[in-house]
Amino acid sequence: MVFNFTAFTYIVALIGDAFLIFFAIFHVIAFDELKTDYKNPIDQCNSLNPLVLPEYLLHIFLNLLFLVCGEWFSLAINIPLIAYHIWRYKTRPVMSGPGLYDPTTVLKTDTLSRNMREGWIKLAVYLISFFYYIYGMVYSLIST
Amino acid sequence: MSAYNQNFVPPAAGTANGNQGSSLVNGLPGAVPHHQQQPPPSAVAPASAQQYLQQKAQQQQQQFQQPPAQPYPGISSNSSLPPPPLQFNSNIANKFLPPSSTSANNGGPPPSTLPQHLRPPTANGPTSLTNGSNGAPSANSSRTASPGLIGAPQLGGLPPMPHNPQFAHGAPLPTAVPQQSQSVASLTSNMHQMNLHRTNGPSANSQPQQQQLPPQQQQKQQQQQLPLANPMAGPVMGSKPPNLNPSTSRVIGGPPTVGGVQPAPVLAAGQRIMYGGAPGSNEQQSQNQQNNNLQRAAPPPGAGTAWPPSLPKAAVPGIPPPMQTQQPQAQSAPFAQQQPQNTAQSAPFAPPQQYQYGQAYQQPLHQPPLPQQQQQHQPPPPTGMFGAQPSSTPLQYQSQPPPPSMQSQGQHPYAQPQPTSGPPQLGAPVPLNVAQQGFSRLWGQDTIDLMQNRHILSPATLPAPKVVLHNQFHESINCSPSIMRCTVTKIPETNSLLQKSRLPLGIVIHPFRDVNNLPVIQCINIVRCRLCRTYINPFVYFVDSKMWKCNLCYRVNELPEDFQFDPATKTYGDVTRRPEVRSSTIEFIAPSEYMLRPPQPAMYLFLFDVSIIAQQSGYLEAACSVLNRHLDEMPGDARTQVGFICYDSFVHFYSMAEGLNQPHEMTLLDIDDPFLPRPDSLLVNLKECKELVRDLLKLLPKRFAHTHDPGSALGAALQVAFKLMQSSGGRITVFQACLPNKGPGALEPREDPNNRSAKDVAHLNPATDFYKRFALECSGYQIACDLFLMNQQYSDMATISGISKHSGGCVHHFPLYQKTKQHMVDSFRMCFKRYLTRKIGFEAVMRIRCTRGLQVHTFHGNFFVRSTDLLSLPNVNPDAGYGMQISYEESLTDVKTICFQAALLYTNSEGERRIRVHTVCLPVTSSLPEVMHSADTEAIIGLLSKMAVDRSIASNLSDARDAFINATIDVFNAFKIAQNLPSGQSGQLIAPRSLALMPLYILGLLKHPAFRVGTSTRLDDRVYAMDCMKTLPLDQLMKFVYPELYKIDGLIYHARNSNASTTEEDDEEDPLPELPRLQLSAEHLDSRSIFLMDCGQLIMLYVGLNVPPDVLEAVLGISSTAELGDYVYGLPHIVSAEYDILQRFLLRLNYDKPYSALVQIIRDTSTAKGQFIERLTDDRSESSLSYYEFLQHIRAQVK
Repeated sequence: MVFNFTAFTYIVALIGDAFLIFFAIFHVIAFDELKTDYKNPIDQCNSLNPLVLPEYLLHIFLNLLFLVCGEWFSLAINIPLIAYHIWRYKTRPVMSGPGLYDPTTVLKTDTLSRNMREGWIKLAVYLISFFYYIYGMVYSLIST
Repeated sequence: MSAYNQNFVPPAAGTANGNQGSSLVNGLPGAVPHHQQQPPPSAVAPASAQQYLQQKAQQQQQQFQQPPAQPYPGISSNSSLPPPPLQFNSNIANKFLPPSSTSANNGGPPPSTLPQHLRPPTANGPTSLTNGSNGAPSANSSRTASPGLIGAPQLGGLPPMPHNPQFAHGAPLPTAVPQQSQSVASLTSNMHQMNLHRTNGPSANSQPQQQQLPPQQQQKQQQQQLPLANPMAGPVMGSKPPNLNPSTSRVIGGPPTVGGVQPAPVLAAGQRIMYGGAPGSNEQQSQNQQNNNLQRAAPPPGAGTAWPPSLPKAAVPGIPPPMQTQQPQAQSAPFAQQQPQNTAQSAPFAPPQQYQYGQAYQQPLHQPPLPQQQQQHQPPPPTGMFGAQPSSTPLQYQSQPPPPSMQSQGQHPYAQPQPTSGPPQLGAPVPLNVAQQGFSRLWGQDTIDLMQNRHILSPATLPAPKVVLHNQFHESINCSPSIMRCTVTKIPETNSLLQKSRLPLGIVIHPFRDVNNLPVIQCINIVRCRLCRTYINPFVYFVDSKMWKCNLCYRVNELPEDFQFDPATKTYGDVTRRPEVRSSTIEFIAPSEYMLRPPQPAMYLFLFDVSIIAQQSGYLEAACSVLNRHLDEMPGDARTQVGFICYDSFVHFYSMAEGLNQPHEMTLLDIDDPFLPRPDSLLVNLKECKELVRDLLKLLPKRFAHTHDPGSALGAALQVAFKLMQSSGGRITVFQACLPNKGPGALEPREDPNNRSAKDVAHLNPATDFYKRFALECSGYQIACDLFLMNQQYSDMATISGISKHSGGCVHHFPLYQKTKQHMVDSFRMCFKRYLTRKIGFEAVMRIRCTRGLQVHTFHGNFFVRSTDLLSLPNVNPDAGYGMQISYEESLTDVKTICFQAALLYTNSEGERRIRVHTVCLPVTSSLPEVMHSADTEAIIGLLSKMAVDRSIASNLSDARDAFINATIDVFNAFKIAQNLPSGQSGQLIAPRSLALMPLYILGLLKHPAFRVGTSTRLDDRVYAMDCMKTLPLDQLMKFVYPELYKIDGLIYHARNSNASTTEEDDEEDPLPELPRLQLSAEHLDSRSIFLMDCGQLIMLYVGLNVPPDVLEAVLGISSTAELGDYVYGLPHIVSAEYDILQRFLLRLNYDKPYSALVQIIRDTSTAKGQFIERLTDDRSESSLSYYEFLQHIRAQVK
C-alpha cells in the first residue's frame, strides 16, 4: 500500500469528477426549467454560459494529470469527450462573452432537446468514470 | 371559376386535329394564348374576325351534319358512346379504376334516358323517384359530404336505376322533389367548381339561393322551364334546322367538333357555363332569354370577350352590328321557339368544351367531361336557375373564344387541344375513367404528370386550399387563410405518417394583418380554459349550457353566467350566438389582469445617420419631409412622445424643452461611454411641442448639409437611445447609410466584391453579437428597433439587422439610395409613409397553442422567443408575418380535429390593452394520399424558404439549396409511394394537384437573390432578401418568390370594347376582366404586347417593340417605344379608357400590399431589360436550369 502520484491523481480526479457531475446535473436542470417555462432564456443563458469553460478546463486538467502519470487507459476513455468539447466550443454561435448558449436560439426544440440529451449523456459518462476512478485509485494503492 | 375558365381556350376553329396526344402536352393551354385571342374584333383584327366566322360556320355545318342522324341526343351521348380515344386508355387513372365501376358505367346508359331528355317535364318525375333515397342535398352538405357517400350510390345504385346516367358518373344525385332536380343539376356543377375552380364562390352560393325559393316560386320556374324544354325535345334536338347551326356557331364561337355529335340536353349547356369555354355564351343566351331582354342574345365572339362580364344586359343593347347580322333567324323566331333552339344549339357545344376542360387540367389523367355530361342528362334547368347565378356571367368574357384566337392558333399550339371527332372518342370505357377522375377531381385528389404539363400555372391567383371539417364543425368559419395557413389542410395522424409524406408541417401566420369587420368585444371576464389558458373559440365542444370542453387540452370548463348573454341580440340562453363562438378571428379588450404595468403611450425615437455618406445620399431630406407631413397621422393618443438623435462620429441630441424658441442641440463627444446629456426634454410630447418638432425637421437636413465627418457611431447612438426609452418602451427607428465604424459596435467591411457570384457565400452570420445583445436588452424593456438601410456600399446588413431581428422590428433596404434617383425617393417616401401611419401594437406577446400532441418546434420571424410557445414582440406591425414549424409530441390517433390558436396581446396606440385571437381547425387523417392531396403548396413554400434561411445561416448556402431540391424530390417520391405507383424511372413525374406548383416555386426560390449562386449578388441584398423570406406575410412572399406576370392586352381590349358598348350603365361598375397569370418564361412574351410583372414592391411594365402606336398612345402617352428612356418609372397621366383600366388593375394588384408598388416601364431594347429577364425564372440562364430541365432533374432522382 503505497501512496504514489498515480493514487494522488485518481483522488484528484474523483474530486474533480464530483464537480463535473454537479455541472452536468445543473445543466440538465437548467434546460428542464427552460422547457417548462420557469426561466427566461436570457437569464438562464447568463447563468449557464460562465460555467461552460470551467467545466471544460477542469475536465482537461484531470486528463493532463492522467497524461503525466501515464494512465493511458483513463486518458483514452476521456479523449472523445475532450474532442467533443473542443468541437463544441469552436462551433459556438458568435458571442462576445464566454459560453455556448445563445438566448435567441436556445429555445428551438432541436437545440433544447440536443442540450438536454447532451446533459444526460455527460452525466452518465461522469458517473461511470467516477466509479472507474475509485477502482483506479484502489488499484494503484494496493498494487506495487 | 373564372380563373379556370380562362384556361380553356375554345377548341380552335381549325380543330381538325384529332390529335389527342398533342392535347396532352398542351395541358394548360389557356394562359398563353388567351390574350392574344382577345383583340377587339372591331378595332384590331376585323378581317381576321371575319375569317374566323367563316371558318366557324363551315365547321359548324360539318358538325351538324351528324346530329340529324342521331335523333336522340340522350342516347348518343350515353349508350352509344363511341370508343374512347387512345389517350384515355393509356391514362394513368385507368389503373386506379375499380373494375366494378367500369362495368357499371358501361352498362349505364340505357334507353330509358331518352324520355328524360326528350320530355323534360316527365323526366323530372323519374329522376325524383330514383333519387329519392338521396334526399335533397343542399349546396353545403354536398360540399362537406365525404366522397364515400356520394361514391357509394354511384356504384351501387347503378344497376337498379340504370336509366339515370347521373348515377353512373357519380354526379351528385338529383333530389327527390322535381323542382329540386334543377337545383341539383346546378349543385353538381357547383361541386365541380368547388374543387376545380376554387374561386367560384358566387356560383356555389347561387345554389342555396335557389333552394330557398318558396316552393311556389320554384314551381313557377319549373313550369316555365317545361314548356321551353318541350319544343326543344322534339324538333330541335332530334333534327336541327340546318340554318340555325351556322349562326349558333358564330355566336358561340365554341368548339365545333364533338358538340354536334353529342347534343347534350339543354340543361347541360347552362350549367356547363361555369366550366369552360364557349358555354358562357350559351348561358348568356339563356339568361337573356329568361329576362326577355333580347332575342339576339348571343354576343358576337369578339364582343363577348370584351364585354363587362357582369353587364350582360347592358351589353345587349350595345351589341355591335356584326352580331346582329349573324343571328337573323334567332331574332325573327318567336321567343318560345327561339329559346329551345338556343338551348339546343348550346348543347352541342358543351361536350367539346368539357372535353377541353378535361384536357386542360387533367391531361395526364384524362378525366374529362363525364361528370358534367351527366348533368346534361338532367332535365333542363329552370330559367330561374340562371337568374340565380349571376356569377356565371362574368365567365362569358373569359370563356368566349374570340375570333382573334383563331388567328393566333398558329402561334399557340396549346390553344387547340380539340379533338375533331367528338363522338367516337367518348367511348364506353371513358365513362369509368371519367367517373373515377371526376371523383378524384371532385375531392381534389387528382394527379398531374408534370412532365406533360409544362404550363402548370393557373391563370389567376391561386386560392388557398379549403379546409373541410367534419360535420360537427363544418359550419364553423375557420380563420381566414390570409391570416393563418397550415402547410397541410389535413393533419397526418402520426409523426411516422408525416415522415412518410415528407412534407414540412407548420403554419404561416400574419397575425396583425389589417382586417375589415374584426369583431371587437369587451367583457368582464374572458372565457379561457383553466388548464391551458386557451381562449374560447368556435371549435370548442359545449357539453351543456354550463360547460364547455376545451378543444386543445380537452379539459371541461365551466361557462360563466354572463356568457349566456348575447350582446348582439341582447338575449339570454344561446351560447352559440356569442361572437367568440361565431368568429375564429376576434379581438378582446383586455381587463387589467392582462397588464403588467399601465399601458404605455406611443413613443417614437428617430435615429438619423448624418455622416458624409448619408449626406451624399440625401435621404435625410426625404425622411424629414415625410415625417413633417405625416406627423399628425402617426398613431398615438395625447401622450404620444417623439425624439430625434443624429449621429456621425459623435451623437447629437435635440432638446425641445418648453420655453425654447427652437430646438437646442447638444453633442456627446464621449461615444465610448455614452450618457444622456439631460434627463428630460429629449423625448417630448408631440401634441405640446409640435411646432418645435416641425422646426427641427426643417432644420435637420440643412444642419448637416456640409458635414465632412466620415464616422458613424451607430452603437453609441443606440445605447443612448436605449437609455432614453428604457423607462417606457416604444419604437426606435434607425436610418443607417453606411457601415458603423466608430465607437461600440464598430464593424469592418467583410464582403469581397470580386466574390459576389461565388458558390459559397460567407459572412451571412453577424460579425459581432453587439447588436443582438442590444436587441435582447431592448426586448426586455419593450423597445423595438426598426432599421432603414440606405447604403451606398457594403454596410453589413447581416450584423446590424440584428437590432431588428431580435427585438420584433422590421428592416427596410434601399440599396444605392440617391436623392437624384427620383424613383428611389418616391419608393422610399411611400414606404416611410406607410411605416409612419400604419397601425402599431406596443409591448406585445404572441402565444401559439396547439392541440395536445403537437408542439411548436421552431419559430421564424422577427421576435424574441421567451418560452417554448411565447414570442416577445416589443412592437408588432401589420406587415409582419411569422412562421412556425410544428412537431409531434404524441400521435393523434383518437382525435378528429386539431386546432392552432394564436393569441396576440398588445397595447394599441390609444393605450388600450387588446388580445387578438386567431383559431384554425384542421381535420386529422390517417391516409397518406389524403395528406399529400391536402398539401398547401404556398404555405409549404413559405415555410421551406424560412427553414432554408436558417439552414444557410447555420450551415451554408449550398446546403440550403440542396435542401430545397431534396425536399422536392422527397415529396414526389413519397407521393409515388402513396399512390402505389411502380418504382423505378419512368417518363412521368406524377404530382398531386395540390403540389403541382411546387417545382415551379422551388425553382423560383433557387433563382431568387436570397439563394441564387453564380449570379453576382451583393451580400447586403442577399441578406435582406433572406430577411424578407423570414418576415414577409405569405401573400407578399409569393410575389417575392414568383412574381405575377400578366399580359395586359386583355385590359386594353376590354377598355375599348366596353367603351364601344357603354350606353346606359356606369363605367365605374365595370368589373375588371380576369387576366390569366403567365408563367415566368420568355416564351410567353411577344413584341406586340405589353406585359406587367408584379414583384410585390415593384411592378414592371414590359413594352414590346412592336406594340401598336395607338395602344402606346393610350397607355403611356407616347407614339413609339423609342421615346421611352432606359429607366422610366411611374406612369404618366393620360386621359383614356385604357389608361384608366390599367390604373384600376394596378390598384387591384396593390390592394393587399402595405403600400403601392413602384411602376417601372421597360422598353424591349432598354438596358433595364435585364432586370425583367432575370425574373423570368422558368427560363434557363447561364448558371441555372430551366423549369423543364429542373423537372427532368427531379424526375431522374425520383426512384
